[in-house]
Amino acid sequence: MPKVTWILHDGRQISAEVAAGHNLMEAAVANSVPDVIGECGGCLSCATCHVYVDAAWYEKTGRPGDMENEMLEITSAERTPMSRLSCQIKASEELDGLILHVPDI
Amino acid sequence: MVDPIVIIGAGQAGAALASRLRALGYAGPLVMVGEESALPYQRPPLSKKYMSRELEFARLLIRPPGWYEDQRIDIRLDVTATALSPTERTITFGDGSVLRYAKLALTTGARPRRLPTEAGGDLSGVFTIRTVADADAIAPLLEPGKRLLVIGGGYIGLEGAAVAAAKGLAVTIIEVADRILQRVAAPVTADYFRALHRKHGVVIRESAALDHLAGEAGRLTGARLKDGTHLPADLAIVGIGIIPNDDLAHAAGLAVNNGILIDGSCRTSAPDVYAAGDCARFQWRGISTRLEAVQNAIDQAEHAAAAMMGAEDDYDPAPWFWSDQYDVKLQIAGLNRGYADCVMRPGKREQSASVWYYREDRLIAVDAMNDALAYGIGKKMLEAGRSISRSAIADPSTDLRLFLSGT
Ligand SMILES: Cc1cc2nc3c(=O)[nH]c(=O)nc-3n(C[C@H](O)[C@H](O)[C@H](O)COP(=O)(O)OP(=O)(O)OC[C@H]3O[C@@H](n4cnc5c(N)ncnc54)[C@H](O)[C@@H]3O)c2cc1C
Ligand code: FES
Repeated sequence: MPKVTWILHDGRQISAEVAAGHNLMEAAVANSVPDVIGECGGCLSCATCHVYVDAAWYEKTGRPGDMENEMLEITSAERTPMSRLSCQIKASEELDGLILHVPDI
Repeated sequence: MVDPIVIIGAGQAGAALASRLRALGYAGPLVMVGEESALPYQRPPLSKKYMSRELEFARLLIRPPGWYEDQRIDIRLDVTATALSPTERTITFGDGSVLRYAKLALTTGARPRRLPTEAGGDLSGVFTIRTVADADAIAPLLEPGKRLLVIGGGYIGLEGAAVAAAKGLAVTIIEVADRILQRVAAPVTADYFRALHRKHGVVIRESAALDHLAGEAGRLTGARLKDGTHLPADLAIVGIGIIPNDDLAHAAGLAVNNGILIDGSCRTSAPDVYAAGDCARFQWRGISTRLEAVQNAIDQAEHAAAAMMGAEDDYDPAPWFWSDQYDVKLQIAGLNRGYADCVMRPGKREQSASVWYYREDRLIAVDAMNDALAYGIGKKMLEAGRSISRSAIADPSTDLRLFLSGT
């Protein structure tokens, strides 16, 4: 199973194996990663699953889709070029080792 | 030993309340009691991807199983609170045991309104959707060719219809009002969803009053309308609204009125008893309000937790909601009650559009269909207490993003 690491804004790290096909918001919730909330359960309606993809991984995660791109306008932490809504990224073998930075909210 | 904070109702609000209490530094004993046998889970997928079997149950859990122990939350499932004594500060459970509380939160949610027995509400094959057990009972029956009758054209009914139609059932929706979504959306939004469902082969009958569901040997066979029409059916989903679970509070003498009455700090009329979520009714902007949404369950529960810890400010929600039907995502910001008129704005993509609601000259809500930009901007504007003029919305050349600066 692909391994994903969340780096919290205080520098703390949480790593977990995530079943392929599961999205990285639900993976964060299942591993009690603070500040990745996912109020809408991955329905692209809350933007509370905002993360910054590590620059080295950004291309591999693909680009935000149209609706996601629009939702990124309303994140509570600042949007950067690395911003993604993690409910829209699915775990896969290609993302083994992925690093996500969790914003300070 | 100190008495615990006790939370009755292990759902969306209960889980948020417990979590926030710990986050705010409450280190004392915390008990959460739930009537269902499952850990707190998300209900929205029950009429969407869980009913269609695209998600398994473990993926609906609000918190992972180990979280409760980590947070020292004594969660007791399959347990019903049957009585509350505000003077003794005790809760009695179904097995007769009694627990004293230091503070109490009622997050008991709501239950679906059912059709009365005389109207066929108890026939087998007739369902409501509130719990995972309900969805588990319906899902295996969604076989191609079966005839589903949906009673009530609200969001849950429409979502159930969409899942079933996608699975190849013959679906008929009957709505007693003159249009679907009558209680919750403008005619233009209803028109959009009517057209969407028709495109997927769903029959929608509006102004159609149900007389009763008919059955043979206790099994549903169809519906008889007041005008005499008979509609044959193999199964029916009844989506005619919910009733807040305020009975426990009512029996204990707390003030209730179609919901447990709370003040701006989520306090009920009894000392140290709070309420939040679908079961709670509060004054918002001068109007008695009860919201049925994840947003409110979470935000109001978090507000109640803060109030338990001494915060004094009033709950002032920024409502939002969503619904998924076929390939359309509806997102709603604000609350459109009391709107005077609305403006429809076409979106940039196929099937995308938004409906902007106004009262006097103020924007009060937005329905966005496959148009997250309209939703996001509407949401930001409403949260900031700002408005966008009708004429700017009606002008397709307006770049909505310009309104984001300053929010
Ligand atoms: C099918 C469906 C689809 C939905 N879709 C959406 C959507 O798309 N977007 C959205 O925002 N909202 C949606 N909602 C609404 C949302 O799920 C609710 O607003 C939310 O669950 C309310 O949370 P709550 O904690 O107040 O109540 P609940 O989640 O209902 O939790 C209350 C819990 O308390 C328990 N309980 C009640 N009485 C007692 C007692 N005496 N003792 C012990 N336990 C008790 C109940 O068994 C229940 O488990 C949907 C709801 C349903 C049913
Ligand atoms: S979980 Fe709500 S947008 Fe990702």
